[in-house]
Amino acid sequence: MQRTTNVFISGVGGQGILLASEILSDVALAHGLDVKKSEVHGMAQRGGSVVSHVRFGEKVYSPVIAEREADLLVSFEKMEALRWIHYIAPEGTVVVNDQEIVPSGMERYPEDIDEGLSRRAPNAHIIDALALANEAGNARAVNTVMLGAFSNYLEFAEEDWKKAIEARVPPKTVEINLKAFALGREAGAR
Amino acid sequence: MRVLLSGNEAVARGCYEHGVKVATAYPGTPSTEILENIVRYKDDIYCQWSPNEKVAFEVAMGAAFGGVRTMVAMKHVGLNVAADPLMTSTSVGGDGGFVIVTGDDPGMHSSQNEQDNRYYAKFAKIPLVEPSDSQEVKDYVGAAFEISERFGTPVLFRLTTRLCHAKTPVELGERTEVERKEYEKDTTLRVVIPAHARRLHVKVEGRLKEIAKFAETSPLNRVEEGDPSVGVISSGIAYQYARDAFPDATFLKLGLSFPFPIELARKFCARFETVYIVEENEPFVEEQLRYAGITNVVGKEKVPLCGELNQSIVARSFGGGEEPDRAAVAPRPPVLCPGCPHRSTFFTLNRLGIGATSDIGCYTLGVMPPLNGIDTTICMGASIGNALGFEKAIGRDFAKKMVAVIGDSTFVHSGMTGLADAAYNKGATTVIILDNSITAMTGHQDHPGTGMTLMGEPTTKLDYIALAKSMGVKDARRVDAFDMEAVKVAIKDATDNPETSLLVMEGPCALMVRKTWTKAFVVDTEKCTACGMCLRLGCPAISRDEDGKAVIDPLFCVGEVCGMCAQVCPVECISAPAKA
Ligand SMILES: Cc1ncc(C[n+]2csc(CCOP(=O)(O)OP(=O)(O)O)c2C)c(N)n1
Ligand code: SF4
Ligand code: SF4
Ligand code: SF4
Repeated sequence: MQRTTNVFISGVGGQGILLASEILSDVALAHGLDVKKSEVHGMAQRGGSVVSHVRFGEKVYSPVIAEREADLLVSFEKMEALRWIHYIAPEGTVVVNDQEIVPSGMERYPEDIDEGLSRRAPNAHIIDALALANEAGNARAVNTVMLGAFSNYLEFAEEDWKKAIEARVPPKTVEINLKAFALGREAGAR
Repeated sequence: MRVLLSGNEAVARGCYEHGVKVATAYPGTPSTEILENIVRYKDDIYCQWSPNEKVAFEVAMGAAFGGVRTMVAMKHVGLNVAADPLMTSTSVGGDGGFVIVTGDDPGMHSSQNEQDNRYYAKFAKIPLVEPSDSQEVKDYVGAAFEISERFGTPVLFRLTTRLCHAKTPVELGERTEVERKEYEKDTTLRVVIPAHARRLHVKVEGRLKEIAKFAETSPLNRVEEGDPSVGVISSGIAYQYARDAFPDATFLKLGLSFPFPIELARKFCARFETVYIVEENEPFVEEQLRYAGITNVVGKEKVPLCGELNQSIVARSFGGGEEPDRAAVAPRPPVLCPGCPHRSTFFTLNRLGIGATSDIGCYTLGVMPPLNGIDTTICMGASIGNALGFEKAIGRDFAKKMVAVIGDSTFVHSGMTGLADAAYNKGATTVIILDNSITAMTGHQDHPGTGMTLMGEPTTKLDYIALAKSMGVKDARRVDAFDMEAVKVAIKDATDNPETSLLVMEGPCALMVRKTWTKAFVVDTEKCTACGMCLRLGCPAISRDEDGKAVIDPLFCVGEVCGMCAQVCPVECISAPAKA
């Protein structure tokens, strides 16, 4: 049996994580795979830490990824990458947005995040998704930039991703989102 | 067609396909999206938000009496509110099928407790259906209605957060209409005077035995053959975790777990030396096995009772794998959004040194630093009674130091009776309704104070001031939540008033008025003295730069619709960009 692929996505409420995991699930489903996607709605939306688990393969049971089993750990925010780093599998890939969002209740961003990340995930692909989203034309496209970045590490064709994006995002934003995806895909390959 | 549906979407789809005609609910995470999805089928299903779960339950019960398939949905603690009708709804379902959906919240992602509502099935003596993924959710909705109608009983349909919110593939089907049964008056069934209730109790006990027999062979309870030396019993989402933890084991998977199919379980357990029982939270299945004298089982002595499970926790419980090595990272709790109308009340209470008995909603986040505005939060509606109780214990003057804070949806849910109590029993209580004109915390649902129905029709709108006046609260007034000075004056006046007062802090939820957001406010760094007053608002858009001066993140600030920080800055160095 083909083994299950586990993609763990983290970030901060409001960054558009759920749309990214939705698009990934669409792509996997279109390939005829069994797919389970899990996240928790509610409180977390209010600027809290948010995670989404996506699992796909021939037959998937649990909708959540177990610790040390994520093939791909994607974080839309740096602290959030470190918070969930124990989910990454020993040979797993880490893709991180360089953005810093100060948690509520703190007046400044903690100083030891970069150091912690380089220790726990020395090979992480770090990209400046906010800058690329702005380049694409909208700061809110961080999520499609990240989608492009991590799409390099999954075996779906570029066309399939684009189709799924077109089907999900509001018609007026398709162009910006496709551009954001392309910029992310290029940056994340490195 | 095969699509990805969340468990909540699958309940809605199941109701549609299986001929449901009436659906009611009060919102509550994780079950809210059930009704939000049912409204997509509003041509076929009448659906409504009720002011609380008890009313939702009673409306649904009436619809079932009226002969149509009916579903009522709520979160786990909502069933406490509806427990009174639940316990006596013994014969509902014999007319139109009656299914009660409960969304339990193991891990308390968005709840105040971790109660396991499977016990309600046992307590109310009604069957319990537990699906394990969205396809089963949709299919079992149909099965639940058949059980309900066949045995003339309500059915409890239990979901948990992971089932409600996880999306898994579902094969869609067509709607099958179920004809309404003619209503016939029968007081022996529907009027529970003691003479009737005594007979009904005997009937319910007999019916349970019948359903237990049915459960023994129901396809909802099945054995999945595997390694003949490892036996596992599980149900609900825990089944999926157990499947991943024991990929090759033989399973007894329970989908109709009360009344318990004890002979099926006895036969299953006899095949193994030890049987593992994997369930989240309480030992509901395990207790029934042990009560029947089946003792070669291992369950809660190994599997944690508190918190949510996953496959690695299950594996670790039985000796597989180690604790993961977590990095120490500062927490990132949820907070009131930038531009939230609730912020002014908590900031002001904090400045005036006044505490608050609070309630449940977005505003509960006012407990977080730097607002630190809340003393108590227990359950929906408790704030007003709690405040009155404090005053009765400590003395009238204490009401100057402790106000009750409650959201608009919560006030309609269960605060109105509290306000009547405060007025009736001569409290000096100050009640503050934080009226953002929506049920925000659960994702923005209408309620009787918003003037709109679930099905999108304009309707009457509850007038809190007129209501309070009719209860005898003379000092009742509206306040603009974005006017910091007005908020301060109103709170001072109300707490000084020796009688019950009501303040309605009006300001829309920031997320409901996105179209009115303007460019971010800016800080004139030259003038800023780094005094930190604006930071005390706890607005996520404001932080300090290297010199300790305030900076506003232009991505987060909502601009002129808020402006609270500009009003509290003592040197007036925060302003809208045009004026800067
Ligand atoms: C008995 C019960 N039902 C439902 C819920 C879920 N719930 C929590 S807060 C809330 C209402 C919040 O609305 P409101 O009082 O208007 O405050 P807001 O979130 O808008 O600030 C609901 C429905 C609950 N905790 N308990
Ligand atoms: S959702 Fe609305 S009410 Fe809730 S914290 Fe945000 S702005 Fe305030
Ligand atoms: S105006 Fe001030 S308090 Fe309001 S959202 Fe902007 S920064 Fe926050
Ligand atoms: S309140 Fe005004 S002076 Fe004080 S830190 Fe904020 S911006 Fe600076």
